[in-house]
Amino acid sequence: MEPATLQLLTDILLTFVYAGAVIAVLMGITMYTVLAERKVCGWLQGRIGPNRTALPIIASIPIIGPFMRGLGLFQPLADGGKFLFKEEPIPAHVNKVYYQLAPVIAMVPALLTVTVVPFGVWWDSVGVKHPLVLANIEIGILFLLAISSLGVYGIVMAGWAANSKFPFMGGIRSSAQMISYELAMVVSLLPVLMWSNGPGSTAGLSFYGIVTAQENGWWLIFAQPLSALIFLVALFAETNRLPFDMPESETELVGGFQTEYGAFKFGMFFVAEYAHIVVGSAVFSLLFLGGWDFLPFSSFNPYPENWFGSLLSIGWFLVKVCSLIFFFIWIRWTLPRFRYDQVMNIGWKILLPLAIGNLIFYTLILAIYDANR
Amino acid sequence: MAKVVDRKPLTWAEHTYLPQIVGGLKITLTNLFRKKVTLQYPEERPVIPDGYRGIPTLVKDPNGREKCVSCQLCEFVCPPKAIRITPGAIPEENTERAHIEKAPQEFEINMLRCIYCGFCQEVCPEEAIFLQDTFSLSGYSREELVFQKQKLYEIGGTLPDKHFKWDKKRSAAHAGNAH
Repeated sequence: MEPATLQLLTDILLTFVYAGAVIAVLMGITMYTVLAERKVCGWLQGRIGPNRTALPIIASIPIIGPFMRGLGLFQPLADGGKFLFKEEPIPAHVNKVYYQLAPVIAMVPALLTVTVVPFGVWWDSVGVKHPLVLANIEIGILFLLAISSLGVYGIVMAGWAANSKFPFMGGIRSSAQMISYELAMVVSLLPVLMWSNGPGSTAGLSFYGIVTAQENGWWLIFAQPLSALIFLVALFAETNRLPFDMPESETELVGGFQTEYGAFKFGMFFVAEYAHIVVGSAVFSLLFLGGWDFLPFSSFNPYPENWFGSLLSIGWFLVKVCSLIFFFIWIRWTLPRFRYDQVMNIGWKILLPLAIGNLIFYTLILAIYDANR
Repeated sequence: MAKVVDRKPLTWAEHTYLPQIVGGLKITLTNLFRKKVTLQYPEERPVIPDGYRGIPTLVKDPNGREKCVSCQLCEFVCPPKAIRITPGAIPEENTERAHIEKAPQEFEINMLRCIYCGFCQEVCPEEAIFLQDTFSLSGYSREELVFQKQKLYEIGGTLPDKHFKWDKKRSAAHAGNAH
């Protein structure tokens, strides 16, 4: 075999391995986000949360075992096992093809988005810095926005295929909500891109470029607090989290689009929802919290230029992501849900005009700044 | 007179709702660090207050003697008809208590019927039946949950009693003025 072909095959194989590893980590974080949701919810309400599940051998280790059991660390296994082994009834009145397809369509974009999200840095043999990312494409942000909004198709399809009233309502609400907040989200990102792509910058539309732009200056949450706020609110709406969980609305729509689903199909929607939260948190910390940058206002860089530095950068990035996930959960158990018309009002009458105003404001600021340089 | 509540118009900051949201977040965050109220049930048990109405049982007096005289008042008062008594005499050989009163031959409480109302305890002239502090009761069959006399005494045990009625009655009988 020629060396070039061998090289190509190794590259392809390595890509598969990396992709598997990233997906495994993402699923792990997702499972434990579900646990964190239950645990934090309990703590916020003065309860303890899940603390009963135990694995036979590990739980019997003297001090660590009961501690892990108390934290509920085995709970995700039990949850996943339950979803896997439950019977999967298909109601007679559903459209069978789309009913089966919907969970897949919901799941795929949720896992696909992680391909363009960088999660750390590494230095090659000559000391040049590269992002740790599955696909370092130039238009990462555009790709992510495009793919993540595909997630709504799963929900709409589920709502329609279920062929009953509550899921249908959930699906309709979901599509209306997604369209409304997508606009504000994208418009709130434009000032961010303008800020990062000053004269001489090569940031472009890639996440790595935006993080690099923040490494040597302010984090964008301090430079553009309004953009960050609009993006965060839109992010809550896009991930269907309370106070915007219109598609689900347990209290009024039973379970919204997932009413007719059970067992593993429900589990897939569930995992997709939480994967969206994890990826959303990662995107927010990349765009506004400087990714793996250590401190907001300085170019101080504590990472040694070797594999240990890479690990540190990943760790620091994960700290930010986990804090944001906690923030998501914290908001959920603090605020009540908006009414449907309120959601529409906030989206169209407040967030969108605000985002456009924000865009014009920063356009002027940057124009004046660049003209006076 | 109607009290007029002065509703001030919202300030600009309040119109954005953000200060309110931050306030709410603060409240939930303080809850996070508060002592948890959960009682981890099978390991930790709640404190049962006095006068709690758990399962009804028969009790013995401090001398270990049966107090019930099978008057059947509890049987009659029991709203769900959970109690069934077969009265019987105390055998002659029992010199301690013979000829003084009757005693139940059979005493059944059907725990599946019992509604824990406490009427039996209230009506009992001998203070022989008491509602205990046991609140969780389970079994594998219906027969198992129809408690017989022996089982009722087992659970009930002895309660402190200041009357010592049997002693009084016996001394009265010895003095020749029984009833």
